[in-house]
Amino acid sequence: MTGIYIHVPFCKRKCPYCDFYSVEEDKGLMEAYICALKRNFNRYKKEAVICDTIYFGGGTPSLLEPFEIGEILASIKKNFVVTDNAEITIEANPSSLDFEKLKEYRRLGVNRISIGVQSANDSELSALGRLHDFEMAEQSVISAKEAGFDNISCDIMIGTPRQNTENLLDSIRIVSKLPIKHISAYMLKIEEGTMFDCDWVKANVADEETVCEMYEKLVLVLEGNGFYQYELSNFSKPGFESRHNLKYWTGEPYLGFGPGAHSYFNGKRFFVSRDVYEFISSDFQEEIIEDDDPDKAEEYLILSLRLKEGLSFLKYTQLGGDSQRVYNKAEIFEDAGYLVRTEEGISLTTKGFLVSNGIIAELLC
Amino acid sequence: MNQDNIRNFCIIAHIDHGKSTLADRILELTSSVELREMEDQLLDNMDIERERGITIKARAVRLNYKALDGKDYVFNLIDTPGHVDFNYEVSRSLAACEGAVLVVDASQGIEAQTLANTYLAIEHDLEVLPVVNKIDLPSADPERACNEIENVIGIPAMDAPRISAKTGENVREVLERIITDIPAPKGDPSAPLKALIFDSYYDQYKGVIIYVRIKEGSLKVGDTIRLMATGAEFTTVEIGYMGAKNLVPVGELHAGEVGYIAASIKNITDTRVGDTVTNRDNPCDKPLEGYKKVNSMVYSGIYPADGAKYGDLRDALEKLMLNDASLTFEPETSIALGFGFRCGFLGLLHMEIIQERLEREYNLDLITTAPSVIYKVNLTDGSTVYIDNPTNYPDPAVIASAEEPMVNAHILAPSDFVGNVMELCQDRRGVFKDMKYIDENRVDLHYELPLNEIVYDFFDALKSRTRGYASFDYEMMGYAPSKLVKLDILLNGEVVDALSFIVHADKAYARGRRIAEKLKENIPRQLFEVPIQAAIGGKVIARETVKAMRKDVLAKCYGGDITRKKKLLEKQKEGKKRMRQLGSVEVPQEAFMSVLKLDE
Repeated sequence: MTGIYIHVPFCKRKCPYCDFYSVEEDKGLMEAYICALKRNFNRYKKEAVICDTIYFGGGTPSLLEPFEIGEILASIKKNFVVTDNAEITIEANPSSLDFEKLKEYRRLGVNRISIGVQSANDSELSALGRLHDFEMAEQSVISAKEAGFDNISCDIMIGTPRQNTENLLDSIRIVSKLPIKHISAYMLKIEEGTMFDCDWVKANVADEETVCEMYEKLVLVLEGNGFYQYELSNFSKPGFESRHNLKYWTGEPYLGFGPGAHSYFNGKRFFVSRDVYEFISSDFQEEIIEDDDPDKAEEYLILSLRLKEGLSFLKYTQLGGDSQRVYNKAEIFEDAGYLVRTEEGISLTTKGFLVSNGIIAELLC
Repeated sequence: MNQDNIRNFCIIAHIDHGKSTLADRILELTSSVELREMEDQLLDNMDIERERGITIKARAVRLNYKALDGKDYVFNLIDTPGHVDFNYEVSRSLAACEGAVLVVDASQGIEAQTLANTYLAIEHDLEVLPVVNKIDLPSADPERACNEIENVIGIPAMDAPRISAKTGENVREVLERIITDIPAPKGDPSAPLKALIFDSYYDQYKGVIIYVRIKEGSLKVGDTIRLMATGAEFTTVEIGYMGAKNLVPVGELHAGEVGYIAASIKNITDTRVGDTVTNRDNPCDKPLEGYKKVNSMVYSGIYPADGAKYGDLRDALEKLMLNDASLTFEPETSIALGFGFRCGFLGLLHMEIIQERLEREYNLDLITTAPSVIYKVNLTDGSTVYIDNPTNYPDPAVIASAEEPMVNAHILAPSDFVGNVMELCQDRRGVFKDMKYIDENRVDLHYELPLNEIVYDFFDALKSRTRGYASFDYEMMGYAPSKLVKLDILLNGEVVDALSFIVHADKAYARGRRIAEKLKENIPRQLFEVPIQAAIGGKVIARETVKAMRKDVLAKCYGGDITRKKKLLEKQKEGKKRMRQLGSVEVPQEAFMSVLKLDE
């Protein structure tokens, strides 16, 4: 079944570390953007695509008023076959949430919310340029729970300016006590061209060795608190894995709408250019093909090794991969503690996740 | 042509003293080349020669000059390589002449190559005509230069023409002095043919063209010639002389003349420089003196960076060898570098030139192993082996004694730098012989040095210790006993054959440690820790470690955008291509190159 991703490219203010596509919020632009989304959904009507996940990502989707989310969801339901138990997620910034809004979102069918908490430490939050402190983030989580959200996720960042191992683990302990089911923990990557690409940030983030240690300890603390790792950066209570995000890593199809959105549909990978003006002024979003016939075995290897479950030799062979070769190549990495190898497949260890690029390259070459 | 009206001469000079510029002016003055056709430094027509200001191949040109006495003269100007690597070629070019024009830079005075080349000319009984060049420079001191020529070389120089080859000033005086000072050739034109080969090159239409100086007798088209050293025989198809712009065929060549022979010769190894050409049907009784087969002095492994280019490298070497009989090569296999060639060179410059031509003219990306000299190893069973590849160095248990080649070196430097130069020579295991003052400011230091100490970076080190003022020349002087050891480099416990080398026992420790450090800098962190060891026999003398990579991950693979992940992977794959896989260790090409330049 297909997942639908809506890229909402609006923010009150750009976070200095973020390189996802977004522009400053503008009511007129947002209205035109919603019209454009609807035109694009309509294009798929004839295909009767069955979809079981919808994901509002951004940008800051929670800048959209409930009626706007309602309009978009109604249009999706008109043009796609949405299953009854569909997982519908919205990403939210604590600064743009209140109880009423949350209640409305919930009423419209949104059943999962991912809140950008990032840290429980206010000094770290201000260094990240966030528009909220921890108290506000905590309040958002509690409000979401009260508004009827059972499936709540929080984002945490690792290796941010001013953060040390102790602070991070404190944040983890505090956040995992909140009434949530899922945590995404990302290591900060200083992206070229962002405001974080500067000397101050580089001087105030932990060194590589410390970041690795942070990650390793975080994995242990989260597991101790009942959040099991299922992907390199994702942890959940049993049964609360993000069904939408899992599609990315299991080779299932997804359709992306909005500027900068990526798709994997009908065997092709394509994306929409990062330009909201072009998006709203075109009849249909121009889909730029990046790969019209991806090597399925290779992609499976790359993506499955992001998952804790890892790669299954059976599936790899079915997709045309040479499992014996991978099995043999994996031996030295197993010896070094980077991965676990069985007759059924291989999966990376925590230490292995930290160098997954290198390992994947070695296994593929 | 009457021999009295022929002058055969060469120009000798230290690098950059203006040899080629003077040759250009002479060509101009003899109207051999129209001005508009002049490209600066006409005789040096290889790119590398022009850029480095050196002559690699000998060349010759015939010029017509109407002298002030009203008579017409034929000049044969033979351009010689000035560098010690090509000493033998130089000696054969000199043997084709009666005189040499010695060019000395008025601001620099005598340098190491000036001495070496002049002594060579005097050894060949050439009349030396000193010329002081670059008098247009503000720093010129012609008086001092003349004094140096008289005091150091011991030939009269007070009436030497003082010229500027650059502006053309007084160049005509040089031409007149060539007529008056350099003797005309005196060979018996009716004797059996005796001609000296002083160069040869391959022409794709005519086969090998040999350049000869007819010493005695004469030669005409259709004669069958014999090359006395190789015994090869050919029927001449075309003979002639070398015009400024092209070869000019003539019917006959006579004693005293310089010219070329084309005889459908396919293989340049048949035509050795220094060999004597005679007539098969009327041979001379004995060949000219001085012929010898040149031997390679320095060896190095040359490998294509991309293993698939092995065939291209072989083709390129074969093509270069068509014009350079002194280049030798044979296939070699290295565990580290794959398939390549063990190449033999006359010396370091020759090696550099070949490498540069392979890269430039044939577009090859190369990995070169450290140059090695030929070691003489006496074994316990009484036999002797010569080793040009460290990989083949015998087990120490069967070695009775080892010897290494030595050179006689002269270093000319301002006296302020004597301390620095001596320190360097000492460090390179030099044995001080003597020191002479050329004038009050400059000295000639004479050392005996092991050749293996100068093949790496001696000249660079010398230049940097004398702010570029020193000049350096050397000649081979045979073998001397030495305490040699083979130093191996191990990566992850495995010997990397391409990095092994032979070194004096006293220097092994320092060299080993430096190489280990250099490798550590140049080997990127990988998924596993990489121990680097330098070892003699089984004994480790230096150790470094490249730590394992800790973090190489794309944490956020968001919104289904896996493009970034794939691009990263492509980049990684691309990077791997530039690496050599040695067991489980990936070594970039730069690492191999870096150990060749330990001083940087």
